[in-house]
Amino acid sequence: MAENKGVLVLCETKEDKLASISTELLGGGRKLAGDLGQELAAVLVGSGVGNLAQEAIAYGADKVYVVDDPLLKDYQTDTYVPVLEKVAGQAMPQVLIMGQTSIGRDLAPRLAFRLNTAASLGCLELAIDPSSKKLLQTKPVYGGNAQAVFITGSFPQIATVRPKAMAPLAPDQSRKGEVVTVDAGLDASAIRAKVLEQVPEEVEGIKLEDAEVVVGGGRGIGSPEGFQQLEELARLLKGAVGATRPPCDNDWVPAGAQIGLTGKIVTPELYIAVALSGSSQHMSGCSSAKTIVAINKDAEANIFREARFGVVGDWKKIVPAFTEKLKELLAK
Amino acid sequence: MNMIVCVKQVIDPEAPPASFKIDPSGNKVVPPAGVSPVVDPYAEYAVEAALKVKDASGGKVTALSLGSNQLRDIVKKPLAMGADELILLEDEAFDGSDSWSTAYALAMAIKKIGEYDIIFCGREASDWNAGQVGSGIAEILGLPSVTLAEKIDISDGKARVQRKTDEGYEVVEVSLPCLITASNEIGEPRYPTIKGIMGAKKKEPVVWKPADIGVEAAQIGASGRHTKLHKLFQPVREGKCEIIEGEGPEEAAANLAVKLREVKAL
Repeated sequence: MAENKGVLVLCETKEDKLASISTELLGGGRKLAGDLGQELAAVLVGSGVGNLAQEAIAYGADKVYVVDDPLLKDYQTDTYVPVLEKVAGQAMPQVLIMGQTSIGRDLAPRLAFRLNTAASLGCLELAIDPSSKKLLQTKPVYGGNAQAVFITGSFPQIATVRPKAMAPLAPDQSRKGEVVTVDAGLDASAIRAKVLEQVPEEVEGIKLEDAEVVVGGGRGIGSPEGFQQLEELARLLKGAVGATRPPCDNDWVPAGAQIGLTGKIVTPELYIAVALSGSSQHMSGCSSAKTIVAINKDAEANIFREARFGVVGDWKKIVPAFTEKLKELLAK
Repeated sequence: MNMIVCVKQVIDPEAPPASFKIDPSGNKVVPPAGVSPVVDPYAEYAVEAALKVKDASGGKVTALSLGSNQLRDIVKKPLAMGADELILLEDEAFDGSDSWSTAYALAMAIKKIGEYDIIFCGREASDWNAGQVGSGIAEILGLPSVTLAEKIDISDGKARVQRKTDEGYEVVEVSLPCLITASNEIGEPRYPTIKGIMGAKKKEPVVWKPADIGVEAAQIGASGRHTKLHKLFQPVREGKCEIIEGEGPEEAAANLAVKLREVKAL
């Protein structure tokens, strides 16, 4: 039997380009492959994706497996799992990494069970253990109260990685690599769970994940009107508004505004946390912000252990005064 | 419509973060003193999803919980919420499971239950946040799966599931029997009614041991793991928050704005 070797990265595409998560994974995967002294391969799955193979090579892949089929246009569990099973059988990697995205979350566990191996989802860090050469998979557990490092006993060692946890390399268009075409070999009748339509959420202004400044509100904001005040502050700072889970569950803000372990992950320059306690679950989604500022009436709230600057008091008095003062300062 | 919901008992994730402690052996969490365990909140969304289908289409909901030392008052909550039956897979041999050994034991119990149209799981559990057991059960049983469900409609022997995606949502049509994992968008789990609580009190759960579901000791619990926990630790918090003061909240707010400009955070 052939020996498992190398690192394989599942590349997702977005608007006919490699998704940012994929260039990040290629950057991180390059490092892992280097530490193993082995190759980095990428796999592109989709419809009309073959022309992106060179881009994957430019971002660090030595070899690219391309599986191009109209049935692979949308992610569907029943098409992607057998395709990845086939590619994994051909590439025989030691390590297989994907993004912690709606695709990776669904695909990685099902594929791991099919291949009789295991996966770790939502990793913050991946490293090769210098002595055993095994993949050390670090991820938040207990809602972010702790982190665990897992080791998988079998190959491929599968992991999904959170967005922004790894850095892409500068693309080098002159890099050379091998492109391998793999036939999907799919039968449409095998699709039991069929995607009928995809509905993107409507976002006004800047997307939460891309914003340099995020104003996050918690249960203490109390109403949709309260969030309008946060919107005003966010607009002034050309940022976006996010929230903890209760405001989303109460429909004060759209579900897409949720930041945390089960929501979005944001990495802004500045995170202004208003009337939120700073639960581990929420902090899992924003603790990588460069500067965290807390506004909360409870001086004992956990958010003050996470923040760099804080004001203790009623946000209803603080946010308008803060917004006014910033208007004045930014006008100068 | 026969439905099975996988639930479990966990350390209360809403306990104050300061009470969170790791055992000196470095591989498990010490339950905080004086804080009662709870039904995993993610699993409660799965119960709610099943009960919503039951409300709309009728049927029977069986809750299935795996673990040891399951406190009856806690694990009976799905019954109090409206589930019809409770089966406990209860044995110390199930301790120390990972996603593999958990999914395997649950899949074998589901096989024993036999009749089902939909199996529900939470999108993940609040302890290990693995997010894999649902997909694992589906793979072991050879069923189609839809993860991260926000809304479920049943018609013509199929389920139409609104699935949460990074971009918004998608609508997936899936044949039955199938497995669905529920996300919190499914809606707040209902509170048990007095009638529900009284009914649950009277109802005794069915308890199954490993031999009852035909599994070997080597396939379950810590022995059946495919992963090894290498290390468990609490990330260090810097905790150097500078509190900005002022004569009253408005002045403190203004001082904060000035400070953020000074340190070029803005």
